Amino acid sequence: MSNSAKIIIVLTVITLFSGGVLALLDNFTAPKIKAHQEEVKNRALRAALPDNDRVQEVTKGDYRFYAAYRGDEMVALAFEASGGGYQSELRLMVGVTPDFSTITGAVILEQVETPGLGTKIQEDPANKENPGWFMGQFTGLRTEPEISYVKNEEPGNDHEVRAITGATISSKAVVNILNEHIKKAEAAWNE
Amino acid sequence: MKEKPAIQEFIKGLWDENPVLVQLLGLCPTLAVTVSAENGLAMGVAATFVLVCSSFLVSLLRNVIPNQVRIASYIVIIATFVTIADRFLAAYTPEISKSLGPFIPLIIVNCMILGRQEAFASKNKLGRSLLDALGMGAGFTLALLVLSSVREVLGSGTWFGMDIMWASFSTWKVMSLPPGAFLTLGCMIAAANWINRRRQT
Repeated sequence: MSNSAKIIIVLTVITLFSGGVLALLDNFTAPKIKAHQEEVKNRALRAALPDNDRVQEVTKGDYRFYAAYRGDEMVALAFEASGGGYQSELRLMVGVTPDFSTITGAVILEQVETPGLGTKIQEDPANKENPGWFMGQFTGLRTEPEISYVKNEEPGNDHEVRAITGATISSKAVVNILNEHIKKAEAAWNE
Repeated sequence: MKEKPAIQEFIKGLWDENPVLVQLLGLCPTLAVTVSAENGLAMGVAATFVLVCSSFLVSLLRNVIPNQVRIASYIVIIATFVTIADRFLAAYTPEISKSLGPFIPLIIVNCMILGRQEAFASKNKLGRSLLDALGMGAGFTLALLVLSSVREVLGSGTWFGMDIMWASFSTWKVMSLPPGAFLTLGCMIAAANWINRRRQT
């Protein structure tokens, strides 16, 4: 057998074997990974939406909305919002009242910010009683005229949150993402 | 050349030829993921798994793979095991998978792993290759565990997520940030060199 034939056969067999093994493995792991992602989404929806009887998914424009109903009345809408943080892409799940004027809840789905500083937007270990205080501030927050943040003082208005000391850029990123996407989502929803 | 006892192949990876402290291989994941001891251990175990499985196959196929395509073959083999490790972590330990992020797929380009295939597994019998891979993997894992423990204890005041420092301890933020990895690794390599120098004289 010539050397080139051997090269072709060996590489083909190795790659075929590799593909086969991975396809088999995917059968086992794909459902588990999918179930986990579902769970993360459902947990986020529970945090972002108020008590409800059922959640209906609707796609409009660029957004996938999760509309929460109590009886026949729509009580809130949730959707995903993402944008740049200090060093990573931030993905949030945000819930708003049907008129988009008040946030019913917002949670972080994904962030890889600076450990110990930017990560406080999700979990602040220094605040033992309420490690999620930063995102908690958004519940009940007014979105008009626009969400803004204050530094080193208690927020005085109903559309203000307190930024995290040492993580102003991450805090600001969350506020900017929410402002941008709430406007865009409202336009998409009313289309 | 007289053959070394087989157990030497395992032991050399732990200290004398430690991939991180002596060969300075695989430093990208070493520096990047060692923010917490849990991450360091997970990266060490995942890399060891890939290394051992790849060395097994490469050593087994060492007389079959033509010389011209050996690197391509090693990479396919390594990539297969890396994907297995990646999917497995994502399915069973999603939290760890998330915090290691892209660094699990990046094990493919960890030069420690390709280096061992080229330098050892492709030239040695199965048993020795496995011992060599296990030793190198253990040395890599130990180095990562020490590095990540120092960084987590000083940077976050915890070890494997448990509070272990006294209440008034103020965390050294820099240890959680990239410079902390360089500082700690530098001290570790200096210490290893110092100890080796002392042993020689």
